[in-house]
This record gives sequence, C-alpha cells and structure tokens, in this order.
Amino acid sequence: MAVNKISLRIGGPAGRGIMNTGLMFAKCCSRIGLHVFDYIEYPSLIKGGHNTYVVRAEDEPIYCQVKGTDILIALDEPSIHIHREELNAQSIVIYDEKAVHENIAGLSNCHRIPLPMKELLQEAHGKELMANTVCLGAALGIMDYPLAVAEGVVRDAFGEKKDAIVEENLAALRLGFTYAREHFAALNHYRLTPIPNAPKRMVLTGNEAIALGAVSAGLTFYAAYPMTPASSILHTLAGWQERHNIVVKHAEDEISVANMTVGAAFAGARAMCATSGGGFALMNETLSLAGITETPAVFVEVTRGGPGTGIPTFTEQSDLKFVLNSGHGDFPLFVVAPGDVEEAFRLTGEAFNAAERYHTPTVILSDKYLGESHKSAEFFNERVPIDRGPLLREAPEHYLRYPLDGRAVTPRTIPGVPNGFFLANSDEHDPFGYSTEEIDIRNAQMEKRMRKLEEFAREMPQPVLRGPPLADLTIISWGSTKGPIMEALKHLEREGLSVNFLHLTWIQPFPRATVRRILSNAKRTLIIENNYSGQMQGVIKEQTGIDIQHAMRRYDGRPFFFEDICSRVKDILRGGQ
Amino acid sequence: MAITREDLQSPLKPTWCPGCGDYGIWLSVKQALIQSGYKHEEVCLVYGIGCHGHMCNTLRAYGFEGLHGRPIPVAEGIKLANNRLKVIVVAGDGDTFGEGLNHFIAGIRGNHDITLIVHDNRVYGLTTGQASPTSAKGYKSKSTPQGVIEVPVNPIALAIAAGGSFVARGFAADPKQLTELILRGLEHKGFAVIDVMQNCISFNHVNTVLWFKEHSYHLEDEGHDPSNKIEALKRALDEERLGTGIFYQDSRGAYDAQLAAERVPLVDHDLSSIDISESMEQFT
Repeated sequence: MAVNKISLRIGGPAGRGIMNTGLMFAKCCSRIGLHVFDYIEYPSLIKGGHNTYVVRAEDEPIYCQVKGTDILIALDEPSIHIHREELNAQSIVIYDEKAVHENIAGLSNCHRIPLPMKELLQEAHGKELMANTVCLGAALGIMDYPLAVAEGVVRDAFGEKKDAIVEENLAALRLGFTYAREHFAALNHYRLTPIPNAPKRMVLTGNEAIALGAVSAGLTFYAAYPMTPASSILHTLAGWQERHNIVVKHAEDEISVANMTVGAAFAGARAMCATSGGGFALMNETLSLAGITETPAVFVEVTRGGPGTGIPTFTEQSDLKFVLNSGHGDFPLFVVAPGDVEEAFRLTGEAFNAAERYHTPTVILSDKYLGESHKSAEFFNERVPIDRGPLLREAPEHYLRYPLDGRAVTPRTIPGVPNGFFLANSDEHDPFGYSTEEIDIRNAQMEKRMRKLEEFAREMPQPVLRGPPLADLTIISWGSTKGPIMEALKHLEREGLSVNFLHLTWIQPFPRATVRRILSNAKRTLIIENNYSGQMQGVIKEQTGIDIQHAMRRYDGRPFFFEDICSRVKDILRGGQ
Repeated sequence: MAITREDLQSPLKPTWCPGCGDYGIWLSVKQALIQSGYKHEEVCLVYGIGCHGHMCNTLRAYGFEGLHGRPIPVAEGIKLANNRLKVIVVAGDGDTFGEGLNHFIAGIRGNHDITLIVHDNRVYGLTTGQASPTSAKGYKSKSTPQGVIEVPVNPIALAIAAGGSFVARGFAADPKQLTELILRGLEHKGFAVIDVMQNCISFNHVNTVLWFKEHSYHLEDEGHDPSNKIEALKRALDEERLGTGIFYQDSRGAYDAQLAAERVPLVDHDLSSIDISESMEQFT
C-alpha cells in the first residue's frame, strides 16, 4: 500500500474543466499536509485537443513530476491511449463507462473504475461539465481521503460562482466519492492520510510567485499584453488591483506595454511588465531606451517554445542569449532567472531593488514550466526589504541628473519634485539630459552607465553550490531545470552517489569568478538545459573559458524528468557519456 | 508659483532651419505653460523623435525624449504613475500617424488625461525628405519618386471616429490661436489631440505657410459648435478647406479618474507596510 505518495493524472479535451479539477486535487493534497508539484500540458486552443494535468503529492518535499501514473482520470478515450505507457499493474483508471471501450489497449493491465457517469450526473442534477468533479470524488473515495476537506476545496474553488454551481459540484463530488467507496472498496492500495500538525502551505505557480513578489516589493504599476505563458501574472495582478491598490493596464501591444512601464518607472512608480519571447522582441527597443535614460523598469520574460509562434503552450529555455543581448547598443542590463516558486518570489524583490539601486532595466527570465506549474511552498514570511536606491523627493540646489563626477549611479528625482528638473533623453546627453554628440561627454556617459554592471557584479548574490563541495560530478543549470535536478539529487544521494549542483540565478552581470572557481574544482561536469543550442553552456565558455564536458538538452517543449537525469548521471559516473 | 519665461529657459538654442514651423509651436507651448498658472515642477513633457523632438533641448522642464513613435505610451505611464502631473506629448506626424498609430488610437480610446501636440508638416524632415502618413496622394519625395500611392491619414477625422474627447487643429503660423488651443487642451480632462499644420521649409515645397493659409479657416468664424460630432466629422472630412480650432469636445471622463487606485498618485503610496497575507491565503 502506498500512503501519501501519489501521481494522479487527468486527461481530456480542452474546455472540460481539467485545469480546475487538477488544481482542486493539488489543493486537496496540500490541505492534508502533503507536498505537491503539478505539471500541465495543453494545446493552443479553447475546445478539444488533449489537455492533461498531472499532480504529484508526497509527504516529503518534491520538486517535479514523475514518469509513472498511479491514478488516471480519463475524460475521454484518447487520454487512456496517450498515457497508457505510464500505467502499470497497480495503476487505477477512472473513466465514464459510456465514453471508453473496455477492451481498449492500456486498460487490460491495470485496475479500472468505470463510472455510470450519466446516471451519477442525473442524480447530482449536474451538467456534463461536472464529470471531472465526479471523477475527482471517485479518486478521493478510493484513497480514503477525508471528504469534508475535499468539500472545502470545492467550495473555495467555486466560491465566486453562484450557490447552485457550488452545490451541484459538491453533489457531484459526493456521488463520485460514495460510488467508488461502495463499488471499489477493494482498490485500496493508494491512501491519502492527513499529516498531523503539518503547516499550512501555499500551492502556487512561478507566475503567481512573481506577482506576489512584485506586490510585496511595492509594485504599483503593471502593464501587459496577453501572451501565453505569461498571462497568469496579468490575471493575478489584475485581480488584486483593489486589494493592493495598484494599477494594471492591459495595453494595445507589447511596445506600448514596455513604454508605459518605462514612463511609470521614470515618474517614480515601481513598475513591471511581462510577456513571452515574441512580445519581448517587440520590447527590445524600449529596453535600450531604459538603459540610456537610466530608468529602473522591471521586465519579465516567461519563455515558451520558439522560434516564431513555435510551440506556444510548451516550455523552453531558448531565450537566454536573446535576453542577455536584448536591446540595441551597449547598455547595462541585469538578468535574473528564478528556478522555483520560492526563488520567483524572492528574486522579484531583488530585481526591483537592483533596478532602483542602479537605475538599470532588469529582466526576470522564467519559462512555461516554472510559470505554470504549481508547487507547494511555505508562506513567504521572509520578505526582501524594499530599497528604492538613490531617489530624491527633494532636490538640492543646482541638481543635475547625470553628473560626470566619477559615480556610476547618481541620484534621480521624479517629476513633481521642485528644482529636480531633468530630461530623460534617448539621445546621448549632458549632465542635465540635453542632447549632445560631444566626444568627451559621450565617452564619460557611456562609461558611467556601463560601470553599473561592474559595481552590481561586486555586490550581487553569488550562485550556490548545493551538496558536497567536492563531488564526482557537478551538475550545472539555471532556471526551471532546478526542479528535476533537485529531485534527481535526492535520489542519487540516497544511492550514495557523489553529485553536487551549481544553480545560477543572477546571470547578468555574470558571476564569473564564482563560477570559474567552482567549475575549476569540478571533477566532471554536466549541464542541463531546455534548449537546442546549449545557450548557458556557451555563456559559461564565453565568460570563464571553461568547457563543460557533458550536456543534456531538450527542445521538444517538455520538461526534464528526474528519472532521465539519474540515468544520465549514472552513465557518466560509470565512465560513459 | 506660476511658470515664467526664465524658468523655461534652456542654455541651448534651437537648431531648426530658419523659417521652420517648429518655432511657432515651440513659442506657443511655452506661452501656454506661462499662461497656465501651473507650477513648473508639475509639468512633464514627453517628446517623440523627429525635428520637433529637438524641442526637448530648448525647454527646461521635466522631460522624457523617448523613441520614434512611442511618446504616447510613455506619457500614459507617467500620468498613471502620478496623475497630479500635467503631461504633454510633443510628437510628429511620423511618430503619431506612422510608427505609433496604434498608440494614437489607444490613447484616444482610453481618454488618458494628456495633451498631444502633433507637428504635422506632411513630410519627414529629419530624415531628409520622405513622404509622411499625412502627405497628399501623389506627393513626390525621396521615398516616393513616382508619387505617394496611398491616400493620407486624416488625423482629425480619425481622432473623432476613434472617440476623441478633444479634437483640434492649430496652425504653427497662428501662435495666438495655437496657444489658446494648448491651454484648452491642458484644461480638458482627457486625451486632447491638437494636430498642428506646419511647413517644412527644407523638404515640403507644396504645403508651405502660404498654402496652409490659403486652405484654412477658423472654425469659430463659421459658428462651428464643438459639441456637434456629426458636423465636426463633416468639417474634418473636408480636406480642401482645413478648419482650425476645436472640432469636437465632450466630457466623458479621463482614464485615471476611473481607477480605484489613483485616489492617491501611485508615486505617493506608502510602501512601508504592504500586507500580502490575504493574497498568500488565496493559494492554500
């Protein structure tokens, strides 16, 4: 019997409430004290296709999805077909008996729970759309889950809707629950049992963590144009406008988004915008503008599979070099890449501080896998203190915004401050901001701006090496691959293998000395990236001169699985590739 | 304390060609600011890129000279961050009706409380004489040696059709009227469009000061009623006789006035006691 260790998958066509049901199950697991990770795949359409939501829950910290499926809720036949290889002899498949042929391949070797869906829905006075809630009830029923807790989750999920909808879903949940307990009590080999005194945790995505981090950092202005997979930052912040007293602007295009954000940051708001690769391409000219005007705007780039429209609902880390080199001309740009929801929260706060301390545009680089996967997290009780940098609300006499006095960062005022006048000028400019093409001033302003990279490099947080300082293999990565790597480390350590992990977060300016020191001491090196060309591998070579020996790459839009990382690590340690 | 001429004095001299229409607009902007009674520090000007944008160097005030085509969204961001400011956009016809046309329409639709002054000389001057979106059909230029095939953008008609709450046309050679229009635009609670006819002495030899004089009239002189949208549109569509003055004005309420968060300007929000506990609770 597996207690508090489950991987449950829901599959079906888009438009059938799969996302809601998946999240409800994740919250059910979290509310009894389990750690949760979920992963979502969906095509770029509103109805039809194949959506799938996999929730993994355990009683110890987990960091990614697993390959196998313990319980499959199949809302249609293709869901069984597509996921049949994940099923094993212990797996349970829950489905509508009318929607699935019982002799379909995939069903023969596992346990089945066919539900008389039509009858159950009639009894619940429910609509076809609620089939997923019936299935959720059945899954929870066979796992002996406390029904009252599940009812609370359903109430919260549908709480903003009409009472009738809440009641219908509760009825659907109970019917599925009872039916499974009455007819399939023997299938009791998966159990979900409340953990006593477990702390209350959040279940949130990287996008939601960025939204929380931004609000916590004092964000007052956010602009965006909808683009998968960044849109849930927009939705989250738009929903918080009144609670957090912020302005969220859905603008006409990403160019406008970027320029509004720069305008708001120039005027003194903590301002941010977010998009994915294509939208970020449109923002590029404005990044450069923020660079020369020394405007502290924060940009979020949640990467999806490119190029062009690419695979727009799948993950990739293929915009690293694009982001590092974004914007025309030489100007300082800071880039930070969170690897999990905790980092997404914290580094968003750090990004605002870096932007405002150095008057430098700052990009938070994430991706679909981090942005849209939910993970358990303790409440964010440690907040990054807000540091607004040199910002004057009263100007001294003879104030100048861009003085050439040897300092890289010179105090800024904002419109409205008496005597603090300046011109934020896209043209090269003199200490007031007036345009100039004079050689000495051009050189001095260029050097002033670029020196901010060196100064921030001296104080920015350095990457951390996890695991033993000396190991047989050092894994290197950045961004969302952290999850599967952390999971792999857990398993490799248990098997007594000597592996450590260098995870990069602040990547521009590049933490050259730290990375060089760690990699120079590494016995064997393996870099894991979700892109075709090994972009970080190239950056590390450029920055440190060090060649990383082994690379694992994926560019099919899917995240890494820790199982594959474990096998690759073992291969390398055995002397293979 | 109201703005004085000395307050606005920059150490730099204008670089426009002698006889350029930009001088008349520059003088009118300064005159309007002096007459407005606003405090110097509460005014913020946002400039586009083009000859007009050089005004940023000859007017000492809070300013932002951005990218070609993009001054409107920068101005909207400034206004949304601090709605106590009086925000003026100084742009060109290329900025507004070429590169940035999307922002022109969106700005009008949103009715952001901004005054937009478009230097409309029907030619690209700074890039040495290509056709602009307002050049007449058939206009020959470096980029259109056989003549422009497109019909021109009609800024006034477009602004009215897009839902403009203040749509006016001025003339660079009539600074008295233009100053008045800018003042009325600044007072207006919403997106004030002021399209300014001006000559380009170096590159547009068709639409000269004399040509504009011969083709224009004061709307007031013909008793035009700016609350009459249909009449405004009719007059706007007449491209032979160009009315100057206010074509249309209504009071549908500015963008920032309809936001919950703007009761206190965003830049004055207290960031010392932000509470995210309720928002974190939502994820449990």
